[in-house]
Amino acid sequence: MYITGMDHSSRPLLEVEDLSIGFAGDQGIVAITDKVSFKIDPGEAFGLVGESGCGKSVTCLALLKVLPNPGGKVLSGRILFKGRDILSMTPEELRKVRGREIGMIFQEPGAALDPLMSIRRQLLEPFRNHGYEGDPMERIRFLLDRVGIADPERVLASFPHQLSGGMLQRVMITMALSLNPSLLIADEPTTALDVTVQAQIMELLADLRRDLKVSVLMITHNLNLVAQYADRVAVMYAGRIAEEGPVEAFLRRPLHPYSQGLLAALPRLDEPRGPMRPIPGHVPRPVDYLPGCRFRDRCPHAFEPCVRKPALFSAGPGHAAACFLYENGGVK
Amino acid sequence: MTSGTGLLDVRGLKTYFPVVGGVLRKTLGHVKAVNDVSFSMGKGEVVSVVGESGCGKSTLGFSILGLTLPTEGSLKLAGHELDIRSPASWKPHRKDFQIIFQDPYTSLNPRHTVFEILAEPMRVHGMCSSRELPAAVAAMLEKVGLSPDYMHRFPHAFSGGQRQRIGIARAIGLRPKLLVCDEVVAALDVSVQAQIIQLLLDLKSELGLSLLFISHDLSLVRSISDRVMVMYLGKIVEAAKTEDLFANPRHPYTAALMESIPTLDRARRPKLLGGEIPSPVDLPPGCAFAGRCPRVQDRCRREVPALFRAGASEAACFYPIDLPPIP
Repeated sequence: MYITGMDHSSRPLLEVEDLSIGFAGDQGIVAITDKVSFKIDPGEAFGLVGESGCGKSVTCLALLKVLPNPGGKVLSGRILFKGRDILSMTPEELRKVRGREIGMIFQEPGAALDPLMSIRRQLLEPFRNHGYEGDPMERIRFLLDRVGIADPERVLASFPHQLSGGMLQRVMITMALSLNPSLLIADEPTTALDVTVQAQIMELLADLRRDLKVSVLMITHNLNLVAQYADRVAVMYAGRIAEEGPVEAFLRRPLHPYSQGLLAALPRLDEPRGPMRPIPGHVPRPVDYLPGCRFRDRCPHAFEPCVRKPALFSAGPGHAAACFLYENGGVK
Repeated sequence: MTSGTGLLDVRGLKTYFPVVGGVLRKTLGHVKAVNDVSFSMGKGEVVSVVGESGCGKSTLGFSILGLTLPTEGSLKLAGHELDIRSPASWKPHRKDFQIIFQDPYTSLNPRHTVFEILAEPMRVHGMCSSRELPAAVAAMLEKVGLSPDYMHRFPHAFSGGQRQRIGIARAIGLRPKLLVCDEVVAALDVSVQAQIIQLLLDLKSELGLSLLFISHDLSLVRSISDRVMVMYLGKIVEAAKTEDLFANPRHPYTAALMESIPTLDRARRPKLLGGEIPSPVDLPPGCAFAGRCPRVQDRCRREVPALFRAGASEAACFYPIDLPPIP
């Protein structure tokens, strides 16, 4: 179920509908995510936020149908990319979407590149795999320049271990964008990088999104990055979407008690020293998920209805939360 | 550096790692991980060392504890001068100076139960007899917010935050005077980070601990420290009381670090600092930051700046921000 107050004339680029993913465990299949829905418009930067184990990364693996196999399994739901269901595509159709229409960059660029292959060969691979009409090297040089690599010939001749983390992430971005995809999935793209380099890479992604008109799905635990670089955000907790909305509205008035707790727990660069405000308890494991609202044992506002599963209740334009506090539009 | 004395006094500390290469395994140069660092700490203080990866902040922490032997310099723990060439000289002070590591997944022995992990240091240092150990371990667990019932479980049964609590219990079991906290929350989730920091600050007040907090996270550092030292390529480039540092950064690197961090404030865009940290093997002459500095002058490429007084800070810069240049 997707609730939005916004009216979009064009069709969303990506629509995830009621996506549930399970993993094989000792006692059969354990559901990791529960009916996750969101959509991304053309040109939009969307932030999917949550702590480790919330299901954000498996959701993004499912988008490319690359869940660990055996083990991971889509239990239900649909993933519509430009209106076509990724989950029912043939391997040949999928191959055309991956890399060509959807690019992906990972948390550890060093681990995502082949250590035994020169950067030049790795950058040429997508062109070879998908076929390309023009001169691949021309496109590669154009992109290397766009991602801020000043000495492309040296980088092309290098092997991954000869480049710094920031340079490798620039190479990954070049590779992901080589065939002009309409969606770029970035899974914790700057977590492994130093703060000054992190800002360089995020600004670069923001520029590229504008210039190359690519949508970005950013998966991260860092709310500061979402605040700066996303248009809309979805917060996940324990396999479900807890809140969804425009970033502006989310920062001004976070709805879900979990979102409020996360924002309050964040140390602030722009505020003098004050008491820490942690969320009590810890993130549950999937086998320990509570029936009803999964946050209720840590929630300062928990009340009787929380033993039932909350729907996403709308509480503003395009802004909704899976919390009974908003059952009647936010009026108790 | 200014302020507190008595607990820890570090003078001219250098820790170099040889770079070996070629068939003959010749020493080709040195990585100057810690390059002439001086500071002191007093009882009950929280001092943070902040910097990017490779700046030497972790090596500094390790060198103070003798986990990595320093190359040169003098080190006084609680008034006792150490022989930095001999690992044994730290031994009598080991229980006063403890460390908590970054990764709670690799810093606890997976084949030992929580009881064994916590009891071992207490036994080694003769803190209590073996009869008293179970009670002492239970008390430590309670102090860090874990149930004593967990005593006979193995580390794999715990979450990252709980493991970090076990690491803290192991360190405070020896009733140390100083805790070196090396990126202790970097591997934890945001909501758990705040719990662990709060626990450390509570223990600090309760036990009169001093904390040397090593971190790359300026926001975190601002919210917990009394004083901050900013490191770049093995040197302290700025040191000040926390509020002075954040109100008026004097070194261009400190200012650039602060400006490059994204915050929740959408009206404030991060400002970029160009380039990356150069290799610590072949340092250019002059100021190590000169190659990336927006305020660089000729002099910076020739002379190495010492730590000069700069307003309420000390900054290793000839041209501190909003102040007249150093003559």
